[in-house]
Amino acid sequence: MKYACFGYFDEEQFAKVPQDKALAMMDDCWAYDDDVLRKGGHYLGGEGLDSPKNSTTLRYQNGKVTVTDGPFTETKEQVGGLMILEAKDLNEAIRLISNHPGMKMGPWEIRPIADMTPMIKASEERRRAARS
Amino acid sequence: MPIDFEALYQSESRRVLATLIRLLGDFDLAEEALHDAFAAALEQWPTQGVPGNPRAWLVSTGRFKAVDAIRRRARFSPLEGHAEPADPGADPGAEQPELEDDRLRLIFTCCHPALAPEARSALTLREVCGLTTEEIARAFLVGPSTLAQRIVRAKAKIKEAGIPYEVPSRSELPERTETVLQVVYLIFNEGYAASSGVSLTRADLSGEAIRLGRLLVELMPEQEALGLLALMLIQESRRAARATPEGDVVLLEDQDRSLWDQGLIAEGMALAGRAMASSQLGPYALQAEIAAVHARALRAQDTDWKRIVGLYDQLASLVPTPVVALNRAVAVAMAEGPAAGLALVDGLLAQGGLAEYHWAHAAKADLCRRLGKAEEARASYQRALDLAGSEPEQRFLRQRLAQWAPK
Repeated sequence: MKYACFGYFDEEQFAKVPQDKALAMMDDCWAYDDDVLRKGGHYLGGEGLDSPKNSTTLRYQNGKVTVTDGPFTETKEQVGGLMILEAKDLNEAIRLISNHPGMKMGPWEIRPIADMTPMIKASEERRRAARS
Repeated sequence: MPIDFEALYQSESRRVLATLIRLLGDFDLAEEALHDAFAAALEQWPTQGVPGNPRAWLVSTGRFKAVDAIRRRARFSPLEGHAEPADPGADPGAEQPELEDDRLRLIFTCCHPALAPEARSALTLREVCGLTTEEIARAFLVGPSTLAQRIVRAKAKIKEAGIPYEVPSRSELPERTETVLQVVYLIFNEGYAASSGVSLTRADLSGEAIRLGRLLVELMPEQEALGLLALMLIQESRRAARATPEGDVVLLEDQDRSLWDQGLIAEGMALAGRAMASSQLGPYALQAEIAAVHARALRAQDTDWKRIVGLYDQLASLVPTPVVALNRAVAVAMAEGPAAGLALVDGLLAQGGLAEYHWAHAAKADLCRRLGKAEEARASYQRALDLAGSEPEQRFLRQRLAQWAPK
């Protein structure tokens, strides 16, 4: 099963961590990604994200799109990175993330990836029918 | 000779269900299969005789009928494909000597932390204990459709999030076991709190929790499971004594101990002893032992409060919550006098965590009363009354207010 895993962190708190300690934490995270997730055949993809300060949010209200500065949620904890993992079931996904050094930086959300294939196929057929 | 299908259902249906869930990979399919298997037994056994291994017969019959039903459905609606049963290669007739009982798999699945807490209790009572949705709804005082939705949601989550039907691995076992015990104790407390003056149609939740506790002790060599069962048995032993016929609260110190069920106490104390023999004492073992110390006292004044304080010291180090600290303070008051207890309670109230907890104010009121501080006693009883939840608790506090702190 595929799972999307979102790692959250408090940017303000993390900025207070002395640089050598912060780098060591990142080293641990990347080492885990390589040694456990990639080598174990679990790593399907992922990215570290830039600061939430550099986010832009779009909303559709009253018939038009509004663009604002900042992330969608006004919370202290924001998404710092995401991974797509392959795990045989939720317990394995929980194990993989529980042991991730990134757990020390903040909470993680594990959400199954929906298989949209049947819906996409049906949509293609509807659109094909509409064109003909 | 008529076959006692009622008794058979009581003793076998849960185990058969647990195995069918494993074989079919789906709760609803398994329930249907269970129903079909028993229907077939009712039809065939009176004429063909009871099979040598009834459970294996029920499992294989249920499985066969489910696979058959899936194939028939697939023919009519090819897009709606159910996965093939999880274990198609297995010999349907043989009862595999599983290293772990399927019931354990079922319990850990129903109590999975990825399920909402209310969902865990509801699902456990439904699938492990076999209560109907209506019974569970009445027991938790929610509408039946609300409860039914809760269970549907839980089963959907299990499927969609990929919660596997398994006993957790060694490394996860301690934490996951704790979750299971929590669910069981929650169910027990729902029944315990609802003991007096409540309608007779509420299911015996405490009884179900104890049954679950026994099952856990049977299936897992886990010290805390022993402790939990011990605690529940000893608490249950006081059922007849802890409320008046009108449904009023009777405190432990005022209870008629001749009404305590000595059979439950004996069993509970034996289990508490075994739980306490562990090198790593857990919170349930300690709470059970505290209950045992109370149970050993023939009269309230014979209670070994010093030992109870010592046990609370250990419990507080494992479970450093304000409520445990409060209970310890009450024990200290009994062992060393109300002044010592009041100092602790005042300290806890000052910390803030117990400000909205009516028992904290009731405890303070009682200690003030014993020290002759009438004004403070009255004020604290009033505060407790303002915060109190249930009718019986309110009546109790109003009575105290009138009795001990008259204007």
